[in-house]
Amino acid sequence: MLLDSYINLSYLVGAIAFVWGLRLLASPDSARRGNIWAAVGMVIGIIATLIKPMTQGDNNYIWIVLGIIIGGIAGWLAAKRIKMTAMPQMVSVFNGLGGACAGVLAMAELIKYYDGSVFMQTGQLGIALFALLVGSVSFTGSMLAFGKLEGLVKDKNVILPKHNVINIILLAATLILSVWLLLEGQQAGITFALVFLILALIYGFSFVAPIGGADMPVVISLLNSFTGLSAAAAGLIYNNQIMLVGGILVGAAGTILTVLMCQAMNRSLANVIIGGFGTAGPTKGGGETGDQVVKEATFNDTAIQLYYANSVMFVPGYGLAVAQAQKVVKELDDLLEANGVDVKYAIHPVAGRMPGHMNVLLAEADVPYPKLLDLEEANSAIKDTDTVVIVGANDVVNPAALDEPGSPIYGMPVLEVWNAKNTLVLKRSMSPGYAGIPNPLFFHQKNRMLFGDAKDSLQKIVQEVKNM
Amino acid sequence: MDTVLQFFNDQLIMIYLLLFTIILGFEVISKVPTILHTPLMSGANAISGVVIIGAVLLIRQADSNDYISLILGTVAVVLGTVNVVGGFAVTDRMLEMFKKKKN
Repeated sequence: MLLDSYINLSYLVGAIAFVWGLRLLASPDSARRGNIWAAVGMVIGIIATLIKPMTQGDNNYIWIVLGIIIGGIAGWLAAKRIKMTAMPQMVSVFNGLGGACAGVLAMAELIKYYDGSVFMQTGQLGIALFALLVGSVSFTGSMLAFGKLEGLVKDKNVILPKHNVINIILLAATLILSVWLLLEGQQAGITFALVFLILALIYGFSFVAPIGGADMPVVISLLNSFTGLSAAAAGLIYNNQIMLVGGILVGAAGTILTVLMCQAMNRSLANVIIGGFGTAGPTKGGGETGDQVVKEATFNDTAIQLYYANSVMFVPGYGLAVAQAQKVVKELDDLLEANGVDVKYAIHPVAGRMPGHMNVLLAEADVPYPKLLDLEEANSAIKDTDTVVIVGANDVVNPAALDEPGSPIYGMPVLEVWNAKNTLVLKRSMSPGYAGIPNPLFFHQKNRMLFGDAKDSLQKIVQEVKNM
Repeated sequence: MDTVLQFFNDQLIMIYLLLFTIILGFEVISKVPTILHTPLMSGANAISGVVIIGAVLLIRQADSNDYISLILGTVAVVLGTVNVVGGFAVTDRMLEMFKKKKN
């Protein structure tokens, strides 16, 4: 009994450490300590669970140790080896595994329930089914998101005709089956619980299938909150407070990020899920830009223009991550600063493939974070900027969002780079961005294009600057 | 309706905890600045690995010949540990980069 009290106390301490850890994430200076707090909370919780007195069962420690060793090594290696540019993929995989973990636990409890060895009240059964549903959706959804981010899965290969209708039917079937399982109780039998599991797994895949590219930050955030919810539901199954608290905190984090990402695109969550502009095909608006001409820049001109500017602003996008160009950008930044140029970075909230993606890349390249401006700060600073250099970004600098009501991104807050004295776009080719939306900025009288791989182009500019 | 009320009464403390944690979670996390959103996400991933506690309970409560529970439980422990260890380690790696460049 005494030991039990200590166990409960440990769970309380662990849960507080989670909350405190997240609180310290409010500032980059304390964030690292915050992460350690949360990790310590986790270790306390796990140790308490290992020594908690049990009224039944054979402990089976060997199985636990085996699992911890395998999982620990895999997790550690993945964390140490992953490139910062691949962080969205990594987060997707981890997220999917968390969902799978909750789903597996729910299934194990349901198996015991249907073979008669455990009794559950309707409420408990409902929670187990919820954990199974949300965990499974999070698992297959995250795995598909990983496949898309890694380039293993092409959007067009997983989108069926009338995909939205299929999704709605799938979801309805899954929910109706869950209600039936609840009403039937133990008599429903394990077979139908397995059908439910399979439906949930298919739905997870199918719901992510039509969403891609620039909508990825929303999906990843949403899946993150699903994993949190499934963990919280598992906490209710085991009547365990620290699991509940941990799960809810993750659910809250995912929900907040989802809302922020949707706001940054000026779209509702339903709009993102039911049909992103990624699936809309060729779009109207800006179609007549076809016969306009773009002005090409040379490396030498660009180097001179940047070197003798008073202020330069970089706008990074997903292309920066693809080209792994973050360190060259920083090199150029250093050379320009040495000549007295004021260098800033403008970060659009949905630039990249996950919330904060660009910030991590620039942090990796040692760019001090006070130089990073958010959308509002950047838009007010742009007017006084000589040259804005757009590296692998497209939709977030598209003027159509402001002045073409027919455009699919109309209304989305964008970086108004055309208010600067000059703009320079580094881009592989004239092909439109992920969303397939033409970008009138390319034809703007203030704009010049520099075609080629972003890293390659930047290296050539760096070379030219060094020669001056 | 009765079963719902019954459930509510049985789980009263957990429901309080659930609701207050939701409020607390939203308060705390809305203060995380944009630049830390990726570490927030990977850190949250690590915390969602807290389900490993359920997996440990499942295994410990199982009889030593209940292979379904043992195997599912071990799978869950592996998944949860990858999340916990990988999540905290990669978050630490990222935050270290943020820390060293304060200028």
